[in-house]
Amino acid sequence: MATEQGNVDVINMSRRSFLGAIPATGLVLAVRFPQLAVAADQPKYGADAMPNAWVDNPLVFVAIDSNGTVTITCHRQEMGQGIRTSLPMVVADELEADWNRVRVKQATAGEARFGNQDTDGSRSMRHFFEPMRRCGAAARTMLEQAAAVQWGVPLAEVSASLHEVVHRATNRKLGYGALAIAASQLPVPARETLRLKTPAQFRYIGKGEVKIVDGLDFVAGRGMYGIDTRLPGMLYAVVARPAVYGGKVVSYDSSATLKVPGVVRVVEISGTPPPSEFQPLGGVAVIATNTWAAIQGRKALKVQWDDGPNGSYDSTAYKAELETATRNPALVARNQGDVAAAMIDAARHVQADYYIPHMTQAPMEPPAATAQIVNGRCEVWAAVQAPQATHDRISKRLGLSPDRVIVNVTLLGGGFGRKSKPDYAVEAALLSQAMNGKPVKVTWTREDDIQHSYYHTVSAEHLEAGLNASGRPIAWLHRSAAPTFGSIFGPDPKHEQAFDLGMGLVDVPFDIPNLRIENPEAAAHTRVGWYRSVSNIPHAFAIQSFVAELAAAAGRDPKDYLLELLGPPRRIDPRTINAPWNYTESPLLYPLDTGRLRRVIETAAREAVWDRPMPAGHGLGIAAHYSFVSYVAAVVEVAVNDKGELSIPRVDIAFDCGPQVNPERIRTQLEGACVMGIGNTLLSEITFKAGRVEQSNFHDYQIARMNIAPRDIRVHLIPSEFGVPLGGVGEPGVPPIAPALCNAIFAATGKRIRRLPVADQLST
Amino acid sequence: MSTTLNVNGKLLTVDIPDDTPVLWTLRDILGMTGTKFGCGMALCGACTFHLDGAPTRACITPISATVGKKITTIEAIGADSVGKRVQKAWLDLGVPQCGYCQSGQIMAATALLKQNPQPSETDIDTAMSGNICRCGTYPRIRAAIKLAAAMNGGV
Repeated sequence: MATEQGNVDVINMSRRSFLGAIPATGLVLAVRFPQLAVAADQPKYGADAMPNAWVDNPLVFVAIDSNGTVTITCHRQEMGQGIRTSLPMVVADELEADWNRVRVKQATAGEARFGNQDTDGSRSMRHFFEPMRRCGAAARTMLEQAAAVQWGVPLAEVSASLHEVVHRATNRKLGYGALAIAASQLPVPARETLRLKTPAQFRYIGKGEVKIVDGLDFVAGRGMYGIDTRLPGMLYAVVARPAVYGGKVVSYDSSATLKVPGVVRVVEISGTPPPSEFQPLGGVAVIATNTWAAIQGRKALKVQWDDGPNGSYDSTAYKAELETATRNPALVARNQGDVAAAMIDAARHVQADYYIPHMTQAPMEPPAATAQIVNGRCEVWAAVQAPQATHDRISKRLGLSPDRVIVNVTLLGGGFGRKSKPDYAVEAALLSQAMNGKPVKVTWTREDDIQHSYYHTVSAEHLEAGLNASGRPIAWLHRSAAPTFGSIFGPDPKHEQAFDLGMGLVDVPFDIPNLRIENPEAAAHTRVGWYRSVSNIPHAFAIQSFVAELAAAAGRDPKDYLLELLGPPRRIDPRTINAPWNYTESPLLYPLDTGRLRRVIETAAREAVWDRPMPAGHGLGIAAHYSFVSYVAAVVEVAVNDKGELSIPRVDIAFDCGPQVNPERIRTQLEGACVMGIGNTLLSEITFKAGRVEQSNFHDYQIARMNIAPRDIRVHLIPSEFGVPLGGVGEPGVPPIAPALCNAIFAATGKRIRRLPVADQLST
Repeated sequence: MSTTLNVNGKLLTVDIPDDTPVLWTLRDILGMTGTKFGCGMALCGACTFHLDGAPTRACITPISATVGKKITTIEAIGADSVGKRVQKAWLDLGVPQCGYCQSGQIMAATALLKQNPQPSETDIDTAMSGNICRCGTYPRIRAAIKLAAAMNGGV
């Protein structure tokens, strides 16, 4: 690979400001990047496999002004995971910056400059820890070089420490502000010459002592989310969208709408027929002088719709269809040994069917975006997980060249996958265009959000096992049927794709000689999209519930039985189990390590005191899962009273994500994933009738509240050395919760839950 | 039609229909975006403000119902001694994740502590279960309320 100097063209812009908020002097440079040269036949993994990969150039991410303020650009989006704190903290650590003198600036969309910005897949820290370390180290080196030149001493005699460079022999010191301009004239050091800190030298990384940068804004109502954008002369819009995926406007009558005080105009948006990807569903927009007027105007609107072919989508019928599909042999996704023969040899057979419904992300900030078009340039402010996709889709839909679109990213009031799909930002751009470029903010009401989302898939999971005389499985058959989110991108493949199958289905790591996984056909009739931890939810629920069912059938302790199924510690190359996707990570760097999975199970069980005596009506359940190249086990304690009312006194979670860059934010992610998992398990279900979502707001689409949240969540982080590849954090906490909770319900009541959500199943 | 509101101690006159909810009046007309929209049906608590000190959902409260009463929003809650303690407890315990619902959570928690300085677990459940947090910060919210209660007079 070429060195940094070899493939980067640096333009000194230190006398001009190339980013609005950055001061006009100091270490401020712009840089042009050719694509990193990678041999075409070389498989790419990790950040290298993502569009626009990574960038580690300090000139892109670090600016230091003459008074010493360090501005670090965060190119990943903040949605509660704390990334606006954690990534800049990594840069600041290697830079030896004083965190109190660091400001964080949010990048606009621009992957050619920043590297990949698509904030999902639990990838931000995993893919950018090392590039951001190099970024900080390179900037620190430039400051050290500038000081050495100024003093006329060898570079080896100086070192940076907490915002100044020190010449040890003479104890001379120069602050970063004083060095900034000189440093900005120096070439960026070659990547291979950088001296990175040893873990013992880390000042912030791994400590969990840095408070989130947005904390003060959050507690004072000053955080600016997509829905909070305000521009002079801005108009406010809501959109009446087709209730059925693929539906169209036949005609509409806006006469009553236009009489509502504050309503300015009614505009039709044409939808993109399925597969509609990230483009709007279409419909009729009401544009007004405030949001309330727009909502009132929409209520008065009369629209006649053509539902199209999805108008018969019915969740009850579809559930039966999926379950029927799992009763027959289907496409083989993985096969080892001879399951049919082993089933015949088995001493006993166990089978079970599980059902996991559609759900929706329902971030507390519903989708919202603002756009204006000035002199042929469209500028957007939006809460989006994928700024580059937003930029590209707006450019395409408006027919504007890419350099005529600017996407500013606000804080996200939750994302959970919904805000990876920027249809709402495209709506805002189209409506601004319809209003001759005036600024228009589109707000989705909660009803819009719940009824027009990209839904978590719906799935039927059929499992069969043949046990030998000692109760151990010798044959395992799993059929999983679920529409794929691949269906929004092209013709519906009607089968789970490598990324669906690879999320906990084909990569089941059990030591069972005869194992067969099949995937029946399942057509999508709504927009299926990813939802925090995605297909791991149904796969982990089914598999980890079934393990506990087998343990019960064998009369064994479920924790011991689970460990036995995992077998001896071993590192499985995912390619050997037909799971080559592996979250796009290298099979060599990231083998599926059953030893690590065993360790989280043992840790959670030990910390939860698995053998402790339970009061009447209480029960403990355990489950473990590998996802996003991290390992999680959860032990849930439930209490169920004689009315069937459930509470959760305690949850113990053991988590191994490799090295922990910001342990404090890792704990909060695990706590949050636990609460979300509890909502998924107990409450949340989206159903369709006549193609329409039956739920509309938080009274009928329920999510976890304070009263059902565990009283006590204990997160146990498995220590790991820096140098071990990083695992994902945001999503892996979700999948084990549903099976651990349902296994606990079984322990407490003897009732086995096979259909989510639990809802009223305990009281009936 | 003009209506005069008392918002954080300031008298502000708006010229909109008097059935317009406080939420959209604050956000769109007065430019105070700290009070958040979450559901529009008083189901999630993101828009909680204080009306003469009582926690109230701005999304279903028409401005006509606030005439002659005092509106306090998240923007001013730090000027209240209890509100300030709650904010400090929230920061000390690292409660917020995405932060979006936290305006409403802090307004609800402050109202609880002003009315009940030492709430029990059940009191916390009752007062806070109307406020949804999709990030799942409930355990830390609970702990922060207890911390703020323990700080009584401390800040």
